[in-house]
Amino acid sequence: MFRLKRQFVVAAGVAGVAAFAPFVLGGYDLNLLARFLALSLLALGIVLTWGHGGILSLGQGVFFGLGGYALAMHMKLTPLAPGEVPDFMMLGGLEALPAWWVPFGNPGFALLAVVLVPGIVAALFAWSVFGRRVGGTYFALITQALALAFATLLVSAQETTGGFNGLTDFQVVLGLDLNGAEAGRTLYWVTLLVLALGWAGVAALLASRFGTMLRAVRDGENRVRFLGHDAAAYKIIAFAVAAMLAGAAGALFTLHAGVISPAMVGVVPSIEMVIWVAIGGRTSLAGAIAGTLAVNFARDAISSAFPDLRPYALGLLFILVVTLLPGGLAELLAARFRKVAR
Amino acid sequence: MSPLPDRLLEVDGVTVDYDGFKALDGFSLTLDAGEIRVVIGPNGAGKSTLCDTIIGRVRPSAGRVLFRGQDISKLPEHRIAGLGICRKFQAPGVLASLSVADNLGIAAAIDKRWWRSFGFGTPPAEAERIAVILERIGLAGRRDVLAGTLAHGEKQWLEIGMVVATEAELLLLDEPTAGMGPAETTRTAELIRSLAGDHSIIVIDHDMAFVEQLAARVTVMHQGQFLMQGSIAEVRADARVAEVYLGRAK
Ligand SMILES: Nc1ncnc2c1ncn2[C@@H]1O[C@H](COP(=O)(O)OP(=O)(O)OP(=O)(O)O)[C@@H](O)[C@H]1O
Ligand SMILES: [Mg+2]
Repeated sequence: MFRLKRQFVVAAGVAGVAAFAPFVLGGYDLNLLARFLALSLLALGIVLTWGHGGILSLGQGVFFGLGGYALAMHMKLTPLAPGEVPDFMMLGGLEALPAWWVPFGNPGFALLAVVLVPGIVAALFAWSVFGRRVGGTYFALITQALALAFATLLVSAQETTGGFNGLTDFQVVLGLDLNGAEAGRTLYWVTLLVLALGWAGVAALLASRFGTMLRAVRDGENRVRFLGHDAAAYKIIAFAVAAMLAGAAGALFTLHAGVISPAMVGVVPSIEMVIWVAIGGRTSLAGAIAGTLAVNFARDAISSAFPDLRPYALGLLFILVVTLLPGGLAELLAARFRKVAR
Repeated sequence: MSPLPDRLLEVDGVTVDYDGFKALDGFSLTLDAGEIRVVIGPNGAGKSTLCDTIIGRVRPSAGRVLFRGQDISKLPEHRIAGLGICRKFQAPGVLASLSVADNLGIAAAIDKRWWRSFGFGTPPAEAERIAVILERIGLAGRRDVLAGTLAHGEKQWLEIGMVVATEAELLLLDEPTAGMGPAETTRTAELIRSLAGDHSIIVIDHDMAFVEQLAARVTVMHQGQFLMQGSIAEVRADARVAEVYLGRAK
């Protein structure tokens, strides 16, 4: 069913072609594509948890945000002289850097934190929830509450998080001048590479015995448990891996957008993330990437033409896909292929 | 040499309380190693609840369940399964989007710790076991078919196969012939008889023709309580059984 070699070939092929985008696209379009490729990385995680694990999370924005803020904090600290604090803290009247900010000045720590903080938070969260046999709709509701709480916390802790405006105005990242001529291209390629690796990695995971176990848990969690497996472990791992992908996506997105703010991590964006995957096809990695790109480009076009219509258009599309085409775009394409092959 | 047969399972005065309603009421049962036991009783007698209690899905409010002398009534389910008890549910519960072979593979996995799942393919020892069971349950030709697309009877056999693949010492089969025709039922009885010796088996069923083919001792339950125990002929001849069960059902 899930042929690994073919996935690798497709991932490498798509990445190879996409690597030429900087020579074709203008700066604005390249930046959009780079942002949406970063979001696609998060979508891969939703395929893993929702598509193959049956775990619907409406709180992926939290992990996206944790990754984004981790890198943003580092970038805020890089240009500072010793003893200085970031601009927004000064405005808020803080004289010294809060202790929990300090380690993010170290690039190695910040990069690890981008994936490990979301991963660890997700693992602990999933362990406490799945360990108690909470699943399905309740799990979706709890993750949504988590997203709400996280966004609210960020806004309320203004002096240390930048509040509603978030963190912005970055100068350099790991020695790369973000205002330089090469920054756009370089970051685009980095994003593409990370996405290709993420794609290959998740494909390998899904093709392994772990993938089979995860689908087994989705089909019949009780059954798997009574066959002697620790069903919750598979769900916890899938959820943590998805969170790490979301964290990396958040960091890359922050680089391209030049800002991370509570508006990008709350309830509404978290729901939109699920919609991209639903539209692309929730069990297909290629489908999820295609869905993310298609929805976001369409959304960008609609937003500039009719700014008020966006939420309605997205909602309508979601309803249509879920009712008429539960397998998403991927299913539509697969059906076409089968017809052609016959 | 022990003079007594090995006592494998002992259900000792177990009561299961669903908000005041006693689905099991001081029920006891013992099973020896290698034995096949049939449990019958009218609808709602508590047969499925008995299975639920043994595998830890339901916790008794009184009484104990001993497996090889160890009290298992407080262990988590996967630990109970790990000791060698496996159950086939009443409603067919094959893993629909997995192939027949993968269904058996999940049951046959020798090392079930989660970190062992980071690898590809089926270990040879398990593959061999899967092939043997595929033959035994008559699904060798359908190994790569998705389990969800099997016919009803085939699903039941696959489920029995999964239970067998765990190599559990004690198998609990809840209505293995539900929805089967007479020919399929006969094949199922042969299959179950062929498993005795390697496994101890508790079979729950309503179908008296099937129970007769198993030629095993029968325990009769009624309203969560033990009613009687004996050969199929003794059970048929018993007036109380006729009253609560045979007389009413047939
Ligand atoms: N979760 C539950 N909550 C409340 N009552 C329950 C629950 N599960 C079972 N019961 C009740 O307990 C009694 C025993 O149920 P059980 O399923 O064990 O019967 P059974 O002997 O398997 O019947 P059948 O032949 O219909 O399968 C029934 O009256 C049933 O309604
Ligand atoms: Mg029952």
